[in-house]
Amino acid sequence: MPEQTTATQTPAGAPGSVVDESAGGGVPTATTTAPAPAGTPAARRKIRFRKPSAKLVVGLSLLGAIVLFALFGPLIGQFDPRDSSNPALVPPDSTYWMGTTSLGYDVFAQLAVGARTSLFVGITAGLLAVTLSILFGVVAGYVGGWTDEVLYTIIGVMLVIPGLPLAIVISTLVPGRSALLVAAILGVTGWAGSAVVLRKQAQSLRNRDYVAASRIAGERPLRIVAVEILPNLLPLLTAQFLFGVIFAILGEAGLSYLGLGPTGSISWGTILNEAQAGGALTRGAWWWFIPPGILIALVGTSLALINFSIDEVINPKLRAAPAAARSVRKAREARDEQSKEATA
Amino acid sequence: MADDSAQQVRRESGGVLEVRNLVKDYKVRGAHKKIRAINDVSFTLEAGKTIALVGESGSGKSTIAKSIMQLVKPSEGQILLDGKPIARHGAGLRRYRKDVQMVFQDPFGSLNPFHPVGHHIERPLRIHRAVPEGMTIEEKVHELLERVNLTPAADIAPRRPHELSGGQRQRVAIARALAPGSRFLVADEPVSMLDVSIRLGVLNLLARLQRQENLGVLYITHDLATARHFSDEIMVMYRGDVVEQGPSDEVILNPQHEYTKTLLAAAPNPERIGQMRDEVRAEFAAAAAKD
Repeated sequence: MPEQTTATQTPAGAPGSVVDESAGGGVPTATTTAPAPAGTPAARRKIRFRKPSAKLVVGLSLLGAIVLFALFGPLIGQFDPRDSSNPALVPPDSTYWMGTTSLGYDVFAQLAVGARTSLFVGITAGLLAVTLSILFGVVAGYVGGWTDEVLYTIIGVMLVIPGLPLAIVISTLVPGRSALLVAAILGVTGWAGSAVVLRKQAQSLRNRDYVAASRIAGERPLRIVAVEILPNLLPLLTAQFLFGVIFAILGEAGLSYLGLGPTGSISWGTILNEAQAGGALTRGAWWWFIPPGILIALVGTSLALINFSIDEVINPKLRAAPAAARSVRKAREARDEQSKEATA
Repeated sequence: MADDSAQQVRRESGGVLEVRNLVKDYKVRGAHKKIRAINDVSFTLEAGKTIALVGESGSGKSTIAKSIMQLVKPSEGQILLDGKPIARHGAGLRRYRKDVQMVFQDPFGSLNPFHPVGHHIERPLRIHRAVPEGMTIEEKVHELLERVNLTPAADIAPRRPHELSGGQRQRVAIARALAPGSRFLVADEPVSMLDVSIRLGVLNLLARLQRQENLGVLYITHDLATARHFSDEIMVMYRGDVVEQGPSDEVILNPQHEYTKTLLAAAPNPERIGQMRDEVRAEFAAAAAKD
């Protein structure tokens, strides 16, 4: 999973200093500050807003548009997504905004309802995967010893079992599949990579003095994990959740495309599956398979963009990286130019 | 409050923290070998007294601190509080933690960057129910912050650790250690990570609090000068062994062990101020005369 590796690198540098960098060390680089006068405790507690990066703005507006489409799309469409009494394979026009399928379904209505299923599966599976990776990874990393041995073995087994084939096997075994079950399957098969990262991170945080200090204060282990360790894993968890959602939406689309998605419900994956079965490509019915594909890609793009911008807040070095690379390149070009002139 | 008066009595009667024949072996990963971090260390810390534990890095000072704080399990030996062996877990251990607290070396690592200053002091107060009747937790937090000279407390409490300087953070750590109403304090090199200019302030604060609270302090350091100045007794550790132990002046003025002598020779001596400079100048002058 290449996504996981990008998520890994995020806080690997200095997780303890995460807050330092974003608020303290980042102050000079923050372009705007809160308008309230500093000094009073209330003003001090206020989060200082920096100018949001373009990535964040684009990512959030894309995601917002898709969520709005999922929420209100089914309400504004005039057709029932399961009503096949429309003419077949009508290209997009004023009546059928996105055309119809070979069976006479309205593509717009199907896309809107499918958005709900896809997002539901994605978010549920993402939450489940994050929960499982916390349970296994953080507990294994913090407790250590035999608990770690057992949990890490389970994580290892889950890691080497390829996710999608396992999901396919489970899906074929279960006859009636609800969207919730598909989400559960994808969540259960997709947490191991994050758990490995969380385990290592928890092992590092466990040896921090502040954890020892709270043990000395008399805190119970569960509270130490929940209150002292987990908040410092928050940036990592956010990244893992976002990539978990992407993974699950793609996974659901893949399963549905293979005919193993939620039975009886409509998702972007089932639309693609039907388009393939109905020969959309050979009949030139681009309005049937391009919109769901684009929507899946857009959800992935928006979540990835949001994740990148979170990374930049956490690790300000990343923000300066493109500019730094550019200046290095310019310097190199200038040097080559000079050496050329010197030889000429 | 009954509990409070009981504590008052205990405080007047002092109390003793005793370390008896403590041994700690660390297993070496991958090899069937053990490293003895501390070898048969015994000492008695009385309320109101300070013992300085001096030694180089890796001599086992911090392992003693961790053993006393029950962060590592001693291989052999006992730790006794008021003559009774201490509990290893459960409510007994929590009672022990109310009495014995620690200040860490690194003020940047010992405070959770995620939580405000107030949280760090509030937690021990809540865990040990250490807030006297008729006082809110917030008031008690502010009182503790003021006692370590962090004023205005209402302004400091909601700040996050990264907004404070190293010295301020260490004061927060001291306030946290005092919060449960502790009688013994293990201070593991409390000023070695601080700027030289603020070290004395923090040490004086510790000394004042010790007098006020009649604390027994185990002051771990590698600085013989402050050890002599702030403590009644000095223990010198070398490779896990206590090589010298006695009243501070005795150890400083009449060192017995080779290692103590080396340590003393390495410390800057005010009587020899400028001596090296003069030597160098003389050498230069001699060289110039030759030419």
